[in-house]
Order: sequence, then structure tokens, then C-alpha cells
Amino acid sequence: MDNVSLEVKTGAIHGIIGASGAGKSTLLRLINLLERPDMGTVTVDGKLLTELPDKELRQQRQRIGMIFQQFNLVGNATVSRNVAIPLELAGVPRAGRIKRVQECLQFVGLADKANHYPAQLSGGQRQRVAIARALANNPKLLLCDEPTSALDPGTTADILGVLRHINDSLGVTVVIVTHELDVVRSICSEVSVMESGRMVDFFSRDEAGFLPPGSHSGSYRERITGRTGEPYV
Amino acid sequence: MFESMLKYQDQMWQSIGETFVMVGISVGAALLLGLPLGTLLYFCRKGQLYENRSLSLILNSIVNVVRSFPFLLLVVALIPFTRLVVGTAIGTLAATVPLSIVAIAYYSRLVEQSLLEVPRGTIEAALSMGASRLGVIFKFLYVEARSGLVLGLTASTISFISFSTVMGVVGGGGVGDFAIRYGYQRFETEVMIYAILVMIVLVQLIQFTGSTLARLLDKR
Repeated sequence: MDNVSLEVKTGAIHGIIGASGAGKSTLLRLINLLERPDMGTVTVDGKLLTELPDKELRQQRQRIGMIFQQFNLVGNATVSRNVAIPLELAGVPRAGRIKRVQECLQFVGLADKANHYPAQLSGGQRQRVAIARALANNPKLLLCDEPTSALDPGTTADILGVLRHINDSLGVTVVIVTHELDVVRSICSEVSVMESGRMVDFFSRDEAGFLPPGSHSGSYRERITGRTGEPYV
Repeated sequence: MFESMLKYQDQMWQSIGETFVMVGISVGAALLLGLPLGTLLYFCRKGQLYENRSLSLILNSIVNVVRSFPFLLLVVALIPFTRLVVGTAIGTLAATVPLSIVAIAYYSRLVEQSLLEVPRGTIEAALSMGASRLGVIFKFLYVEARSGLVLGLTASTISFISFSTVMGVVGGGGVGDFAIRYGYQRFETEVMIYAILVMIVLVQLIQFTGSTLARLLDKR
């Protein structure tokens, strides 16, 4: 990755799109420092993460939710236990945890599956559990790494609906890494395009307007907005 | 056979007791020290969370050296150390010292293997939630690897039983020693078979318990 600068507005749903190996996931992992940059800084919600000592970085990470393509749930833990783990890590007392787990599962519509194990759920349901887990500590920012790439189209729409709902009702800023154009077209308010480790384009729904889902040809900008434009430096 | 079973009933019970003490203490050592050692082996590996080449090299060498010793020679080589720890090199308690050392080395390898089977994504999710080292270990790694850890301990326990059979050389006793002294050396074949049957039952029971527990624990 080379000389990439990304600024995500508070309250936005920001899409990062590009071909495989373009560095999208690396960029996302830089935001919560799962990946450390050799040079440069990362600031989230006014905090300069790259300067923080280990303990404070962990505390900041508790306020940044993350979901993954393969869900990454703990398979040997029940749904409610999966959601409770981040609360335990944040030191929330037991009574508070039980209440919050309930709330989060209700939010993603899985309150009735609390005692199931992830293996007993469908892919879409597992991703909902992962979302509930990511929301447990009331994050300001939700990072999504190819959240719908392992799901069928119907389930994809479903999960995107949940993400939009999180953004609308909780005001959580969402960053989504994806290679699926329809994901960007349907929920993102702004888009960054990456290519071999560089940021090659940026545009927002306000300035360019997005096409409805469907297939087009040309650059990512053309395919998403239907218009050509001056590539962003 | 029933005659000899009756004749040596007391000795047999005592031998079983000695085997339990030796194997029990070495299983305890495996859990208490082998589990952390295995976890350390895992974390220090190339590409893992706390990659550390020199520590990895040192730990791996120690584990390999202990495991490559012919067990009987390790028992002999450790006599001074055993004396230091329990005050004597003879007897059941003394026998647990070399047995525990092998147990720690043996189980740590199996722990390392089980932990390697936990998907990387699970660790990544843990880190993204701000988990500390201990948080990653106890709330993610051990939870995901638990059935493998149990199966590893089961296999280890059975190996420890096998190792414990030669402990007669330092007066450790146990079922194996009983089979050799009363059965083999005194040409009482029936007694030998009797002792071997006891060992078979013991091993079957342990394997059955371990396999069942591992199956019940695995929800993935």
C-alpha cells in the first residue's frame, strides 16, 4: 500500500471497492490497527490511534465494531455468549451484559436464537450474530470486511438492510470493503476506489448520484454513477 | 485365572493405586505446565501473534530433546534432579518427576497442534474487539480448541500409563511393574495376563471418557 489517504465522514456509509489484491482489506485493517502502517497516522473519532499505548488502543478498539466475510464467530459458544464476550472484555458487569445481549439480539432480530450455536444457523443469521457482537459496546464506527461476499443475493439485501438500519437509527459510521458493485450502489453514501495499493478515485452519492443495481461496463465510477468523471488523484 | 486374581488382589489394588498416583500427577503437570508451554510454542511460531524466533528455537529444542530421550535413560539422567525435588530417587513419588517432565513436553506439542487448528479469523475478531493476551487465550483460543485439547490430554494420559510401566526400575511400582515382577519374572503367565487386562480396561475407559467429552464439547 502506497501513500493512501482516506477520510470518512462521521455518519457516512463509506464503500471501499476494487479488485482482489487491491489492498482494500489492508486499508480497513489499518483503521483499527490490526495492521500497523510503516508510515503515517490513523485517527478515529479524534484519537490518534497510531500514538496510543497498547492498553488504550485496546480500549479504543472496543468502540470500533468489526464484521468479517467468514463471520469469525466462536463456534463453541452460544449466540448470546458470542455477543457477551466483547462486553466481558470491556468489563461490563453481569447484569448489564445480560441486558445488552438481549438488546443487541433483538436489534438484529435473533432474540429467539440466543441459546443456539453458530453451526445451527444459516449464513445470514451468523452474520447477524456477528453484527450484534460488533454493536455490543455501542461503537461509533463499524468496519465491514466483505460482509456479504459469502452470502446469497437475498441474504445480502437482508444484511445490507441491517447495516443501513444501524447507520440510520444508531448514527454509527460504517466502512464497507467489498468487490460487489450492488452493495455500493444500494447503501453507500460515498465511495473510494482502490487499485494495486493506491486510491484511484473518490465520489459521493450527493455529487454524482448512483445508478440502481444492475450491470454496466467501464470504470468503477461509470459503473456506479453511469457517468465518467475526472479521476481523483 | 480367578485363583491368581484372588491371590494377588491386594498387590493388584496397590499397583493400580501407584499407577493412578504416577499418571495423575503427570496429567496434573501436563495441564499446569504443558498447557502454558504449548500455548507459548504456538504464539512464538512464525506468523503467529507474538512471533519470536529465538524463544521459539529455545523452547522447541528443549521439548524435542526431552521427547527424543529413550524414556528409561531420561529417568536415570534425572536422578539428581529428582533427589533435589522430592528428596529421594526411589519410590512412586520419585517416579512422578521424570514422568511429569515427559508429560509436560509431550502435551505441550499436542496443545500447540490443537491451537493451530483455530482459524486465524477468530483471533483477528478477538483483537478487533480489543481483547488482551489473556482475553484472546481464555475467551477465544481455548474455547475454540477445547475438544482438541481434551483429545490431546486423553492420548497423553494413555502414553503416560505406558511410560509408567517401566517405573519399576526406580521402585515406582504400578500395574506394569506388577505384571513384570509377579507375572513375567516368576513365570506366572496368568498373573501377567490379568495385569495386562487391567491395563486394557484402564486405557479403554480413559479413551472412552476422553472421546465422549471431546464430542460433547465440540459445538462447531
